[in-house]
Amino acid sequence: MKRAGVLPGFGLTLGFTLLYLMLIVVTPLATLFTGTASFSIGSLQAALLSPRVLAAFRLSFGASLVAALVTAVFGFLLAWVLVRYRFPGRSMVDALVDLPFALPTAVGGIALTALWSDNGWLGHLAGSAGIKVAFTPLGVVVALVFIGFPFVVRMVQPVLQDLDPAIEEAAASLGADRLQTFRRVILPQAAPAIVSGAVLAFARALGEYGTVVFISGNMPLRTETVPFLILARLEQYDYAGATAVAVLMLLLATALLLAVNALQGRGAVSAGNARR
Amino acid sequence: MNAVQAATARRPATDPLAVRVLLTGAALLFVALFIVLPLATVFAEALAKGAGAFWEAVKDPDTLFSVRLTLLVTISVVAANMVFGLAAAWSITRFRFPGRRLLSSLIELPLSISPIVAGLVFILLLGDAGICGRFLSAHGIKVIFALPGIILATLFVTLPYVARELIPLMEAGGSQEEEAALTLGARGWQIFRRVTLPNISWGLLYGVVLASARALGEFGAVSVVSGHVRGETTTVPLQVEILYNEYHFAAAFAVASLLSLLALVTVGVKKWLQHHAAGARPGHGCTRGTAT
Repeated sequence: MKRAGVLPGFGLTLGFTLLYLMLIVVTPLATLFTGTASFSIGSLQAALLSPRVLAAFRLSFGASLVAALVTAVFGFLLAWVLVRYRFPGRSMVDALVDLPFALPTAVGGIALTALWSDNGWLGHLAGSAGIKVAFTPLGVVVALVFIGFPFVVRMVQPVLQDLDPAIEEAAASLGADRLQTFRRVILPQAAPAIVSGAVLAFARALGEYGTVVFISGNMPLRTETVPFLILARLEQYDYAGATAVAVLMLLLATALLLAVNALQGRGAVSAGNARR
Repeated sequence: MNAVQAATARRPATDPLAVRVLLTGAALLFVALFIVLPLATVFAEALAKGAGAFWEAVKDPDTLFSVRLTLLVTISVVAANMVFGLAAAWSITRFRFPGRRLLSSLIELPLSISPIVAGLVFILLLGDAGICGRFLSAHGIKVIFALPGIILATLFVTLPYVARELIPLMEAGGSQEEEAALTLGARGWQIFRRVTLPNISWGLLYGVVLASARALGEFGAVSVVSGHVRGETTTVPLQVEILYNEYHFAAAFAVASLLSLLALVTVGVKKWLQHHAAGARPGHGCTRGTAT
């Protein structure tokens, strides 16, 4: 691309952008770290190593991981069906995939709770099979799948759309059956997008509050997630404890995302190629 | 944009009918479980006590207050973030300077931060025990557990939406047209209004729709900074929570059903805008920003 820079407004727009970011994002986030810097080791241990905190981290990371795997499978399935097959109502289903993004999280939360609680339509059904969903870790997973699967669908759809049919035809003409073609030709090209979508779903799931808070029941040690724990500490005016948990969650999530990005480094290049 | 049209054109399904039916059935079952039934639950619960109770819940003064508050917050927040998005996109896509990429990722940062943490940082900064909080309370300015706090938290969580739609759009469009206008003697503001704005209007509208949907429904961050003072700091999602926690289920779902209708409208508008903006933007908008 041609070097741009003759247009006016550089100082004004960049100055405004930086000032705005500084006020709204950077300064508030920085207080998180200036606060924790003054902690002693002992108080950090007390804030972070209690069984309640560890249980919350186990649940948040565990449920987010399970939900990310479920969204990877069903998000891909949905994207595949939407791109490859024609059926009545397809474009409406395509539009509805965005609903979890557009629906206020509190509404999604109470809807899922009512649906999966003992006298809800699906909770009743699951209950007669001996499965309890609402107010259990399984309920947390259900909520996180709800909020996460559109990420995978929307990442995978464009990649599937851009797949060159000639490659599949070539595979078929060389004697591959459909399953082989899918496993050896289609899946490798879609994989980076599936992983990116699942990672986004995971990141969203870790911090999710509104969708989860109603269906989880927030029982300490059992169904309390990290975001709820932070809020619970805030409500007891334990600012230091809340900050310590928040910083630990941010650091763990960032480390995990960086690790996935590094692992995917080469995959991302092929995803870029698949897009063009 | 023939390539885009060709890529999205009908393509013959090569799978056997049984496979197609099976996979479509599984996908539709998933959609039924995770989208259709939750939505249906909202409307069924909202009307569980009849249309009269529904209207009572909607006309409740606390609910009407929450609607006004949410509208006020949404309009001011989206307007501010729209100006920010335009300024950020102009500076990042029309000039080359060190730290451009860092700036872009900084703009996307709020998307990867838990709404609870977003609320927490404003309490730490501006709450009574906070760094600037003591100064504010000494001067009788209430930010946390008041309207300014709600606006700040909502600004934080919705900050990326307009910018991340505009940046790739303006990057892809290039600046030749604007430079041509410049050589023809147009001034900065004229260039922006006559050349840039018409090119990006669909993308801008799309970003505004996404930002508005998020601002209207923001729950976690607002929940932290609002203090839930009824008739003072309850936005619509918080009103839903209060009603629900007080076991006024029909009323909670009645208000929730209004938000659900709004979400359905948003989804429809998104689809329509994507269709309109398709020429300039391959693929789908909602996750593309983080993808590239």
